[in-house]
Amino acid sequence: MPKQIHLAAHFPGVNNTTVWSDPASGSHIEFDSFARFAKTAERAKFDFLFLAEGLRLREHHGRIHDLDVVGRPDTFTVLAALAAVTERLGLAGTINSTFNEPYEVARQFASLDHLSAGRAAWNVVTSWDAFTGENFRRGGYLPYEQRYARAELFLRTTWELFDSWRDGDVLADKESGRFLRRPDAGAFAHTDEQFEISGRFPVPRGPQGRPVIFQAGDSEQGREFAAATADAIFSRHGEFAQGKAFYADVKARLANYGRRPEQLLILPAATFALGDTDAEARELAHEVRLAQVSGATAIHFLEQLWNRDLSGYDPEGPLPAIDPDPGEPKISKGSAATRRFTDRLETARQWRELAEAKGFSIRELIIEVTGRQSFIGSPGTVAAEIDRSVQADASDGFILVPHLTPGGLDEFADKVVPLLQERGVFRTEYQGTTLREHLGIDAPVAVRS
Amino acid sequence: MAESPLHLGIALDRAGHHPAAWREPDARPEELFSPDYWAGQLAEAERGLLDLVTIEDSFGEDGAGEVTGRLDAVLIASRVAPLTRNIGIVPTAVVTHTEPFHLSKAIATLDYVSGGRAGIQVQISAGAQEAALFGRRAGTENNARLFAEAADYVEVLRRLWDSWEDGAEIRDAATGRFIDRDRLHYIDFAGEWFSVRGPSITPRPPQGQPLVVSRTGSLGAATDLAFLTPADRSDAEQRIAELGADRPAHVFADLLVFLDEDAETARERRTRLDALAGPARTEAATFTGTAAELAGLLLDWRAAGLSGFRLLPASIPHDLRRITRDLVPELQRRGAFRSAYEASTLRGLLGLPRPANRYAA
Repeated sequence: MPKQIHLAAHFPGVNNTTVWSDPASGSHIEFDSFARFAKTAERAKFDFLFLAEGLRLREHHGRIHDLDVVGRPDTFTVLAALAAVTERLGLAGTINSTFNEPYEVARQFASLDHLSAGRAAWNVVTSWDAFTGENFRRGGYLPYEQRYARAELFLRTTWELFDSWRDGDVLADKESGRFLRRPDAGAFAHTDEQFEISGRFPVPRGPQGRPVIFQAGDSEQGREFAAATADAIFSRHGEFAQGKAFYADVKARLANYGRRPEQLLILPAATFALGDTDAEARELAHEVRLAQVSGATAIHFLEQLWNRDLSGYDPEGPLPAIDPDPGEPKISKGSAATRRFTDRLETARQWRELAEAKGFSIRELIIEVTGRQSFIGSPGTVAAEIDRSVQADASDGFILVPHLTPGGLDEFADKVVPLLQERGVFRTEYQGTTLREHLGIDAPVAVRS
Repeated sequence: MAESPLHLGIALDRAGHHPAAWREPDARPEELFSPDYWAGQLAEAERGLLDLVTIEDSFGEDGAGEVTGRLDAVLIASRVAPLTRNIGIVPTAVVTHTEPFHLSKAIATLDYVSGGRAGIQVQISAGAQEAALFGRRAGTENNARLFAEAADYVEVLRRLWDSWEDGAEIRDAATGRFIDRDRLHYIDFAGEWFSVRGPSITPRPPQGQPLVVSRTGSLGAATDLAFLTPADRSDAEQRIAELGADRPAHVFADLLVFLDEDAETARERRTRLDALAGPARTEAATFTGTAAELAGLLLDWRAAGLSGFRLLPASIPHDLRRITRDLVPELQRRGAFRSAYEASTLRGLLGLPRPANRYAA
């Protein structure tokens, strides 16, 4: 049997992926949008739905960024509600390990796992910045270098809490009046450099034992963290060659932690543009890119790299002659993109070279460098490319991010999924009930203090 | 009707409020952690046209021989919200160790998920044992200090809910702006326990301000609804008088109820349950008797100035069904309770307007 593909749907977050100006673009906050999106994903037999999280609205020039979708719901609350309108679809959400405490997050994820009958997944992210900290009790307390150390201790602490109950601990014997089989079910006492906590964890062991763990970081530390702890990586390396390199790199790290390659799935984010023909798809892809990168958005992106006020520049004109400011990011706050530029001067040099070679304006350059769609073509072309990526170990599947909400998944579900099913590389029915079963990953081995 | 109809809520806590409730013949203790159990209770409460349910929660330990363990109340609320249409859903949240920013967006989201039926019952957590679950505080503060912190917390919840003006999402293609950022507001709350900058990441919820309720009157008019625990009618009068001018819009009395077709059966049931696990640990007065007797008592106590009652079913499903299927029809016959839902939001059911936004010019 060929390698089976895993597919997931990412409800688009607050970036310029969503073409909100399109008349078909619906609400990003009303529950009906989430419900419809989830039902489409479940109809298509996807593994899971994914929700991102934001804890501070992004700012640009000291003001709230207003060019993209702004505003989103609480991750846990939406996932719990989606459990009521779906039956099999996995429910994955990003929850920050910096501005939360293990007892509370473990309680929420264990509750979600019960309330969804075994479909909960947690994308563990770290943040550290004082900017986000201004919304929380502890402020920006965590040094940048310690963010993964805390994340890993946080995660391992929650595992201890999940594992503090065993299957069968709820006896509920009316006759004898014994509710617990073991009187100390849920009891825990944990101490490490970050956490000193004790008491009784309130949630009996959930259907999955523990929620499925995702990790999304890409740094050296992030890759090691994933190799040590995660069930799946939400990767940004969807492109074929980069994907293969990333896949090989991360899977090779698993042996160091006594884990097998199939115990960690690599699932890149992917966008797509579908047409009846490849030519039509290319045309749509270009239209979508134009809509995603307005003149204002192009200047916004350029300012993130340049770290300067470029509002006087014409987006349809050439790149600025002045070099970027290599200092601390000061123009843009709360956006992951600003931290992604490790060498501003070098990146700017590459962008200038590209713009000169192709005669690009600022806007055309930004359209080029901020990523074309991962898959462009007819349903047949897209299905073949997805299959090729997975069979060649560039990934284990994809997390699809449509450019329209909530209907942007419909065409993929109706036209591409059946072709993948015909190829024998994607399920035609759910085989199990839990997300762990959909992903084919093992039940966790309990850790107990 | 001469007087405005009664408002009725139910407090849901696992198998019921009696510690031995889970041992009743019709109890389903093995299903307490399943979504269907909670969906069933909400459906029953909505069948009875109740104004709201509260879903109890706590960081406290359960006693030996009692139900041990619970699910997060906010997530239970969200899980059942899409399955109901009219009833208000008010989960409990502990405010002592948690983040107001997180809770604010969670309840705003519950309000979206339920189409404007969300509320939040704020509750303090006292003592070193509960503090140790978080490991960040000693847990030595007295209740006055914890309530002062809770008051700050409620202020932050409310400011965050208002931090987006209605209509801030403009989707103006001509200028490329998704929002009008002049209609988003920093809340800049700075207090003794926390500072919160804002704005919320979640737009203003459907009700504008979801309902804030508290088990005591000590948070005053900062809450919309307080549940008092008077011993009798004159005690209710006195307690309402003590609230003074700073009283919430609604004041309900809590009552633990054992309801049966005749009073003797109800008393026997209560005696039997008490013998198994001791009496229920609640400050609420206990009513034991028939639905007709309870209806009479509610209408009598109402004259003390109460706008409604929150009933604590001693055991589930028995007492919950007696409330929805016996008490409610009895009150309807007396013209004291609605015969159909007249509104689709919780504020609407309680006759409260959608509040103006404090930040709107």
